[in-house]
Amino acid sequence: MSLATRPRPQIDNWNRPFWDACNEQRLMLQRCTATGRCFFPPAPVSPFTGRPEWEWITASGRGELWSFVVFHQSYFPGMKDELPYPVVMVKLEEGPFLLTNLDGMEASQAEIGMRLAVRFPGGPEGITLPQFGSEAGVA
Amino acid sequence: MRDKVAFAGIGTTRYGNFPETDSYGLGCEALNAALDDAGLKPSDIDGLIVNRIPTYERFAEMMGINPQYCLLTEAPGRFSGVSLALAAQAIASGAAKTVALVYGNNGRSVRMNYGGGDSQWSPWGMTSPGAIHAMMWRRHMHEFGTSHADLGHVSLAFRDHACLNPDAVMHGRPITLEDHAGARPICEPLKLLDYCLINDGAVAWIMTSAERARDMKRPAVLLSGYARQDAFHYGSAPPDDFWHPTLSACRSVYDRAGIGREDIQGLGIYDNFSPTVLFSLEGLGFCKQGEGGDFVHDGMLRLGQGRWPTNTSGGHLSDSYMQGWGIIAECVRQLRDDCGARQIPNAQAMQYICATNIAQSLILRRDQ
Repeated sequence: MSLATRPRPQIDNWNRPFWDACNEQRLMLQRCTATGRCFFPPAPVSPFTGRPEWEWITASGRGELWSFVVFHQSYFPGMKDELPYPVVMVKLEEGPFLLTNLDGMEASQAEIGMRLAVRFPGGPEGITLPQFGSEAGVA
Repeated sequence: MRDKVAFAGIGTTRYGNFPETDSYGLGCEALNAALDDAGLKPSDIDGLIVNRIPTYERFAEMMGINPQYCLLTEAPGRFSGVSLALAAQAIASGAAKTVALVYGNNGRSVRMNYGGGDSQWSPWGMTSPGAIHAMMWRRHMHEFGTSHADLGHVSLAFRDHACLNPDAVMHGRPITLEDHAGARPICEPLKLLDYCLINDGAVAWIMTSAERARDMKRPAVLLSGYARQDAFHYGSAPPDDFWHPTLSACRSVYDRAGIGREDIQGLGIYDNFSPTVLFSLEGLGFCKQGEGGDFVHDGMLRLGQGRWPTNTSGGHLSDSYMQGWGIIAECVRQLRDDCGARQIPNAQAMQYICATNIAQSLILRRDQ
C-alpha cells in the first residue's frame, strides 16, 4: 500500500492553509471567533454566524473513533492495492469530524470510542494526508 | 393544501438494461403510459417537471408540450418528493392546472457509478452514498445494539414482495436471511443485499387539482399531507444523528393530513440502502429510536403478516432504484386497488418516507 497513489485533494482558497499545515505535520482548523467553535471543511464564513469571523488554530490532533467502514469495492485506481481498506470517522477534540484512515493499525483492531491521534505518513507528491493511529503510539 | 391536489395518472416502464433507448425514450414511454392512464393528451399538460432527463426543452419538444410551468429538478432521489411538492404548489397557486412529472434514468446501460471522482474525502478513499450509510449503520449498531442481521428482515420482506410483483427486476428470485448475511461485502458493514438495484427505466405521474382529477378516467388519489425538514450542517461528513431530528419534524405530516399512523395501511420507504428503512421508521415514530431492528423482526413490513406492509413493489432493493418515483407510484396503485397479488387489503391511506438530508414524508389517500 502506498499513500503516493491516493487521489489528490481539491485545493481551493479556503482549504489551502489546511494542506500547507499538513505538509508541516500540523493539523489546523478554523475557529469561529464569535462562538469559539471549530469547523471543517474550511469555508469563507463561520457556519455558526454566517460571518467571515474566524481564525486558524492548530488542533490537538486527538479525537475519538466515531464510526468506521471497510471498502471492498474499487472506486479509485490508485487505491486498488489497498483493498479492502478502512475509512474511519474521527470526532476531533475540537468538535469537527474528519474522515480519514488508520495508520499502524488494522481495521480489525478498530473499535468505536477508542482514542486516536493524527500522524502524517505521506501522500501524493506535494501533499501530506493526515492519518490516525492509536494515541499511545504517538511519540 | 390538504386533499386539494391529486394524482390523475401513473405510468412506469419496464426496468432493466435497455441500451437501445435512453432517458428521453424511457421518459416518453412512461409519460405516454401516464397520459393513457389519465385519459389525457400531451396538449392537456400545462406544467412539466423532468428529473434525470438531460433537458426539459428537448423533452417538451419531443412530446409536443408547450407548458406555462416547466423545470428540471436535481438528480438525487430526495428530489422525487421535492418535485411532487413543487407540482402541488404550482397547481394550488394556479401556476399550472395539470402537471406531468417525468423521471427517466438509463444508469445501468451507461454504467453509471455512484462513487469515485473528486470530492472532499476522496484522498482518504471515502466515496459513494453506500459508504455514508454504512458509516451511519455502524454507529447505529454501536449506540443501540442493532445488528446487520436486523437489516436482513428488511431485504427479505422487500424481496418477498418483488416475488409477488411480475414487473419487479428480482421477481422469481427469492432470498433467505442466510443469503443476506452471506452476501459479498461492498462497504462493510453493508453487503450486496443492502444495496439498491441500478437499472434503466422511467416513471411518470400526472398531478392536477382534486376537482379535475375526479373527472378523469381513474379514481383520484389525493395528496393529503406533505412535510419536509432539511439539515445541511453535517460538515460534509455522514450525519451523526441518523437524520432523526429532521425525520421527527416530519411527523407534522399527520396533522397536515388530518389522519394518524393508525389510519395508514401501508408504507413506501426510500430504501436506497436497507438502514434507511430503520432510520425512517424510528424518525416518523413507528417505533422508538434504536428499536428499529426489533420492529422489523417477525415480518412487520411484510404483506399478509405485518401491520404496515412496506414497499410492496419490492422497493429499491428488489424492484428497482427509481429514486423514490417508483415507490410513490406504487403507493398510488395501492390506493386504486391495482396491485393484484401484492394488493394491501382495503388500502385507504399510504405514507411515503424519505430519510435524507432533505427529510420528507407524505400521505396519500383514496378519494372518498
